[in-house]
Amino acid sequence: MLYFDDKQSLVAEILARYPSSPQGKRSALMPLLREIQNAHGFVSEPHMAEVAALIGTTATEVRSVLSFYSTYHTMPTGRFHLQVCSTLMCALAGSDELWDHLTETLDVQPGEVTADGFSVQRVECLGSCGTAPMLQLNDEGYYEGVTRARCDSLIAAMRAGSAPETDHPVPVVVDADGRQFLATGEAVGANTDSLYPLSTKPKSASSGGSV
Amino acid sequence: MTIAPPRPITSGKDPRFAPTLYASVGQPESWTLSSYLLAGGYQAVQRAFAIGNDAVIDEMKKSGLRGRGGAGFATGLKWSFMPLNDGKPHIVICNADESEPGSFKDRYLLSEDPHQLIEGMLIAGFAMRASVGYIYIRGEYVKAAERIWEAIHAAREAGFLGKNILGSGFDFDLQVHRGAGAYICGEETALMNSLEGLRANPRLKPPFPAAAGLYGLPTTINNVETFCAATQILKYGWEWHAGMGTEKSKGMKLFQISGAVLRPGVYELPLGTTFRELIYDWAGGPTEEIKAIIPGGSSCPMMPFTDAVLDTGMDYEAIAAAGSMLGTGGVTLIPRKDCIVSATWNLVRFYAHESCGKCTPCREGISGWMVRMYEKQVRGQGQPGDVQLILDMSDNIGGRSFCALADACLGPVLSSIKLFREEYDALANTGVAMYPARKRWKDA
Repeated sequence: MLYFDDKQSLVAEILARYPSSPQGKRSALMPLLREIQNAHGFVSEPHMAEVAALIGTTATEVRSVLSFYSTYHTMPTGRFHLQVCSTLMCALAGSDELWDHLTETLDVQPGEVTADGFSVQRVECLGSCGTAPMLQLNDEGYYEGVTRARCDSLIAAMRAGSAPETDHPVPVVVDADGRQFLATGEAVGANTDSLYPLSTKPKSASSGGSV
Repeated sequence: MTIAPPRPITSGKDPRFAPTLYASVGQPESWTLSSYLLAGGYQAVQRAFAIGNDAVIDEMKKSGLRGRGGAGFATGLKWSFMPLNDGKPHIVICNADESEPGSFKDRYLLSEDPHQLIEGMLIAGFAMRASVGYIYIRGEYVKAAERIWEAIHAAREAGFLGKNILGSGFDFDLQVHRGAGAYICGEETALMNSLEGLRANPRLKPPFPAAAGLYGLPTTINNVETFCAATQILKYGWEWHAGMGTEKSKGMKLFQISGAVLRPGVYELPLGTTFRELIYDWAGGPTEEIKAIIPGGSSCPMMPFTDAVLDTGMDYEAIAAAGSMLGTGGVTLIPRKDCIVSATWNLVRFYAHESCGKCTPCREGISGWMVRMYEKQVRGQGQPGDVQLILDMSDNIGGRSFCALADACLGPVLSSIKLFREEYDALANTGVAMYPARKRWKDA
């Protein structure tokens, strides 16, 4: 059975996001590949042919597009596919050491899958520069501010069978009075007591357009 | 009625300033429609409907808003490029591919305040007579994509998206398209190819997107922060926005700071705020001696960590005059004790990996030669004359590539050589770095 055989409503929902022209239909290529990869961890040759048939192109075209992007895999990945950002902002926070520690502890190199289901990949900037270094788990989310101790405890939890919930820390938050705080509650910026909203009164609908 | 402030606001410490773009970030359930409505949401779009589409574009022009994705093009002017009465469907695209290293502002706007973006796209769609909008979000922003989808569904149910929105007669809907890991998709024509299910190679311009963009239809692409700023401008009025910043760089900006600093994060401050204020007053100061600042994302030339630079205002003109760019506002501090050749190699490797391969100067110049020259240096295999060779190569790459990616790579290369030539020469001549690799990773 093909992957989308029993998921026709999902296919229809994805196709409906784009115009019904042949050009619009092709836009469904990436979302369809994403569905397959999320289910199987990678995209196989038969899957490429299946996607090609759905959007009216060839499997070669699908492979051409797939190979352009770095988050599609054509080889199986592990149950815990861990991706380490290695770009400068994370490197300044020790991502090279994190990578070495991870690959040594798990005894795995890119392209391999361990018996207990780990695979690793070095990736480029994932937008976690303020909470570096980081690990991305599968297509699920990030672990941020990963210290050596946290890395070890994450690995231990995964080895025991389940990955801890991924993070989503917001480094700086704004309170109702418009003051900026760290997530820890520490106020930032000098004289924060005197900070108040410049204009909390929205413009009325009739007053616009003129000077 | 807001009153234009007597003098421009160029400091986050000015008592007249308060964050608006990030006002809901970090508040509980900020991403839900009910929270957004409670905070005065969807009033800006009602005002847009009341004043009419041309008045919205006029308001954007007068506000002085410039594109927040990095290029800094005047937003109102860009919107006015869309053709009128051409009988074709018009498209608005939100560039949420945020992938410039050092940039992480859009991520929190997307996940914590998705309705602010939806409202901004509605305003833009209304002004430019568009019928559909696409949010191209980078594939790795999983939580953000989930929240955006939820918000779109909620907005549809509440009648903020769909047919005859709030009785205005305006029809508009939004879709989310997730990317799959390619920096080049931040380039607007590459993004459109990606949205069409093609390899994300940039397109030749002209035609510009406003004439023939996605599916060959008139299209305008803006950054997440630009759309969110449009929401705030319609909410508080152009005079309010124009009261912040400098003469040519108006409004507020989300500045991000990372690297060796006490409180990395995203701070909303007026344009024209100095580096010193961001680094010391907001981010708590450096954690160790700093030698270089990347002012606006990895492609912006590095600046020395000097008093003159620290007192430079973070606005388009002042940073350009100091030899770099405002870019995305992503500031990174590089410590004295880190090898600058190694740090630059990291970025060159990034650009080499992300080169799309379309044009020769970038494919062979950056992905072929440049990254290998840097690898040779950091492995200690450099030779006298290598630094000059890198400069000669740069001379043959700069300004000769199809899109800006190759030039983006040269930003850190040329600036780091200019500022730290002695480090380059020492490594090339002796094979030993002035600042050897050191422990950086925290144990706990």
